[in-house]
Amino acid sequence: MSLDSKIPHGEMDKKWTDYKGHVKLVNPANKRKLEIIVVGTGLAGASAAASLGEMGYKVKAFCFQDSPRRAHSIAAQGGINAAKNYQNDGDSVFRLFYDTVKGGDYRAREANVHRLAEVSAAIIDQCVAQGVPFAREYGGLLSNRSFGGTQVQRTFYAAGQTGQQLLLGAYSALERQIALGNVTMYNRHEMLDIVKIDGKARGIISRDLVKGNLERHFGHAVLLCTGGYGNVFYLSTNAMGSNVTAAWKAHKQGAFFGNPCFTQIHPTCIPVSGDYQSKLTLMSESLRNDGRIWVPKKKDDNRKAIDIPEEERDYYLERRYPAFGNLVPRDVASRAAKERCDEGYGVGTTKLAVYLDFKDAIVRYGKTEAGKTGNENADHNTIVEMGKEVVKEKYGNLFDMYEKITGENPYEMPMRIYPAVHYTMGGLWVDYELKTTVDGLYALGEANFSDHGANRLGASALMQGLADGYFVIPYTLGNYLADDIRTAAIPTSHPAFEEAEKKVSDRITQLMNIKGKQTVESFHKRLGKIMWDKCGMARNAKGLQEAITEIQALKKEFWSDLKIPGDINEMNPELDKAGRVADFIELGELMCKDALNRNESCGGHFREESQTEDGEAKRDDENYSYVAAWEYKGESDWQMNKEPLTFEIVKPTQRSYK
Amino acid sequence: MGLTGLFLITFLVVHVGVNSCIFVNDGGETFNTAAHFMSHNWILRIMEVGLFAGLILHIIQGLILWKQNRAARPVKYSANKASQNSAWYSRSMGLLGTLLLFFLIIHVSKFFVDTKIALYADGGANDASHNLFEEMKEEFQKWWVVVIYVLGVISLFWHLLHGFQSAFQTFGINHKRYTPIIKAIGVGYTIIVCLLFALMPISFYMGWIS
Amino acid sequence: MEHYNMNLTLKVWKQKNTKAGGSFETYQVKNISSEMSFLEMFDVLNEQLITEGKDPIAFDHDCREGICGMCSMYIDGRAHGPWTKNTVCQLHMRAFKDGDTIVVEPWRSAAFPVIKDLMVDRGAFDRIMQAGGFISVNTGNAVDANSLPIDKKDADAAFDAASCIGCGACVAACTNGSAMLFVSAKVSQLALLPQGQPERESRVLNMVAQMDKEGFGNCTNTYACEAECPKGISVSNIARMNREYLKAGLSTEE
Repeated sequence: MSLDSKIPHGEMDKKWTDYKGHVKLVNPANKRKLEIIVVGTGLAGASAAASLGEMGYKVKAFCFQDSPRRAHSIAAQGGINAAKNYQNDGDSVFRLFYDTVKGGDYRAREANVHRLAEVSAAIIDQCVAQGVPFAREYGGLLSNRSFGGTQVQRTFYAAGQTGQQLLLGAYSALERQIALGNVTMYNRHEMLDIVKIDGKARGIISRDLVKGNLERHFGHAVLLCTGGYGNVFYLSTNAMGSNVTAAWKAHKQGAFFGNPCFTQIHPTCIPVSGDYQSKLTLMSESLRNDGRIWVPKKKDDNRKAIDIPEEERDYYLERRYPAFGNLVPRDVASRAAKERCDEGYGVGTTKLAVYLDFKDAIVRYGKTEAGKTGNENADHNTIVEMGKEVVKEKYGNLFDMYEKITGENPYEMPMRIYPAVHYTMGGLWVDYELKTTVDGLYALGEANFSDHGANRLGASALMQGLADGYFVIPYTLGNYLADDIRTAAIPTSHPAFEEAEKKVSDRITQLMNIKGKQTVESFHKRLGKIMWDKCGMARNAKGLQEAITEIQALKKEFWSDLKIPGDINEMNPELDKAGRVADFIELGELMCKDALNRNESCGGHFREESQTEDGEAKRDDENYSYVAAWEYKGESDWQMNKEPLTFEIVKPTQRSYK
Repeated sequence: MGLTGLFLITFLVVHVGVNSCIFVNDGGETFNTAAHFMSHNWILRIMEVGLFAGLILHIIQGLILWKQNRAARPVKYSANKASQNSAWYSRSMGLLGTLLLFFLIIHVSKFFVDTKIALYADGGANDASHNLFEEMKEEFQKWWVVVIYVLGVISLFWHLLHGFQSAFQTFGINHKRYTPIIKAIGVGYTIIVCLLFALMPISFYMGWIS
Repeated sequence: MEHYNMNLTLKVWKQKNTKAGGSFETYQVKNISSEMSFLEMFDVLNEQLITEGKDPIAFDHDCREGICGMCSMYIDGRAHGPWTKNTVCQLHMRAFKDGDTIVVEPWRSAAFPVIKDLMVDRGAFDRIMQAGGFISVNTGNAVDANSLPIDKKDADAAFDAASCIGCGACVAACTNGSAMLFVSAKVSQLALLPQGQPERESRVLNMVAQMDKEGFGNCTNTYACEAECPKGISVSNIARMNREYLKAGLSTEE
């Protein structure tokens, strides 16, 4: 099958405007007759459902949580980028576009990224109008900060809770549409399959997680806004419930999966403390603005961090990357930490951690404060106390969070950090209109693959989720539905619904009937370990091949020795989890295949075979400048389709942070 | 609740003011004059009706609250360490109020009703000879009456300690600068009013006032 | 920080569904590390129960980093357990010692019916939001974000109120089961911002009416909500809502 990305012709900065000017429209009377299903109600889903409801479509929205307000978009800390240039520091749509394409290591689609940069400003306007309390200056205007090493200050934020505030804004818009009757909300419901009629997505089969029964829902179109699949690694910064199931069902129904191996590993997370660990907690990237990262120069140094003298510390990022130092991009910082730990320089009980030290920042700030108060001769202790106050002001909530989790006081002891899976740039392949390869089936936000290439920049995930939901899908969906106005609602007694429901029901019964000995959690942990060890921060052909074999074996074991307690027709969280882990196992295999195929290093994907002499990632534009869109053919059988990436504006260069 | 509460709080100022006249220690002359004024001035007599209405309303509101709040938690916690998140007296306003009500019934039947009987029975024939001060002096020679009164005042103390500042919160008055002042005034008010009230029976009993 | 292991007795509320009655079950867990989170201790227990062929304990949880508001356990007589400004998922086992008996119950409120074991239905909060917890602005209608300066003081106060995670600890901890802190946080946030002015009066009236309809108790200003709120939302928001409600109630013509 040939992939048509449907990128409009014309100049890069005119494409979206032209598209909007010529796109087909649906008149208000017809909108009332058209039903849309939105699965997932995070930033992308809630904003899409609310916007489409406002336009007059009949929307049904689904989430597995107890309320749309719980979606994991809520956990994003840092901020949201927008090309507002409020700081007069030279930002523009072009620069945001350029930075995003470059940051993605030239594996994103230029036209999509340009559109993202274009609508970014409107997102901020929309959110402010909804009452999102962004940080402000004393003059009453919005405050910005620089994030993730960018040269301009374009990140809008609300303390360390930007995701929460944006989600609650979208959630409030969604609740308003629910109150108006334009959106019907299905909480604690999980989508378990897509229903296709004549090749078009026409509905879903969902399960009421409280009662356990299956339901059929018709829609003229189906939107998947179900987030990323980082939990395939078991340990990640994702929420416990985050899963790939909706996207995976779509994939098995014909939606191609784009660049599944593109995973972002975030460098500053709290390290694992034991086997019981259920998830990892991110510490905002902003900490790297002031913290210095180091390990002892001696292997297996068991001294306390504060007892290790300055000359015996290896500030390895500053040593390797003098130009960027501790502010190198996420992928580079993560790999460097792994390299040190693999070499035996790691710290803490597990030896899988490095120090993030604020000692120097505290003294530096303390001296400035002392200077401000004219107290130049202050003694060291006074300076440190003053410095701690400043650090507390800037990072207090993060320091508190660290202390709650580890029981250690980061003002006294350096923090221990280690990289963790954080975001997945891969996802369902979509064209310019966000439509997957199944007609009528769309993917928005982290669930699609499109905008971040091989590495996402800080503060861009929130931007993309809301761009898709508020400003892209309201236009592109109309273009599809305009041709569908004569299609009356299809009754869910249609054989296609019957068949889909039976398939779902059979699978649930099959899962319940395995009646083996091992728990879902234990399988998930094993899958996670395979993925982390062999398809994690550094990958090689041998490891990936082993991983594929191991995952296939794990799959067999899963389907023959799984133990699920309870019954089908009741609330049964273990059963919910089992279905998700079954899908993760299949996805894991595809991720390894994709990683194996891509014999180059780009962004978050690092193939050991493709590195420079001094161990830096080496991209191979000649052979791999394409999107790998995988088509499901059958069990453990995929066909790769290529969407070639052409760069008209941002010419690929090797990233260097030396 | 707040409105009627504040109203009753204002009444207590008057009440305690008049009662404090006993501490002049002039054989009750000042006090009786004041008490006479209170019971004979027609404006005050109309306000007295308002006072009772306010009290009854306060009680009814309290009962409604109690009923609704009980219904809001049909299954109780089996382990509940409420003491770690709030003050016991703040959570016990219903109980303290009930104790106060019992006390008030005793109190009113002792002094108020007597005064009214003196005022209205037999066409007010006994009004002139009715000496509230003497009556109090006599009553407060009994130790158990003193105990009841002191207990009543203790209930009042806790009730006011929460009620005073709570009323302001209910009216939406919560201010970084003023709320601490309101709270301080509330505590001061509670202590002074309750101390004065408690001193009355105790002073009579101990013979500090004759 | 000294690490240690502990054995614990857990008394956990078990209830099959909303209609069924519930009761406490006693469980023993062994070798629990002081480094574990409370929910990880529950994971360990559930794994143990499943392996033994017993019914695991259902509980709500998702982000496990204290922001989604899903986790909701009344632990040893406290909403979200013994630590303050904390959610269950952030509570770590070093809060307990070897040999402790821990009682775990669901939020108790008529407005939050138990779904199963420790899970409750907080749909009432969504319905209160539907009654007015929004600014009616359709997508694409917004003016430039900097066209309306907002006093930093007000913006910060609005943010503080908006940091509510909707977990329901305020209701759970309140001796009256009142939802005033939750409702007032949203009313305050929007009343403080210029964008919220057009619907200011109808919002507070409608949200309070919905709150009462849901069967929450009344506020008697014990301030337990503020003490137990994982985000430290201030009761000054309740005062603000009272003010808004009085003003709106007096001026409304309906």
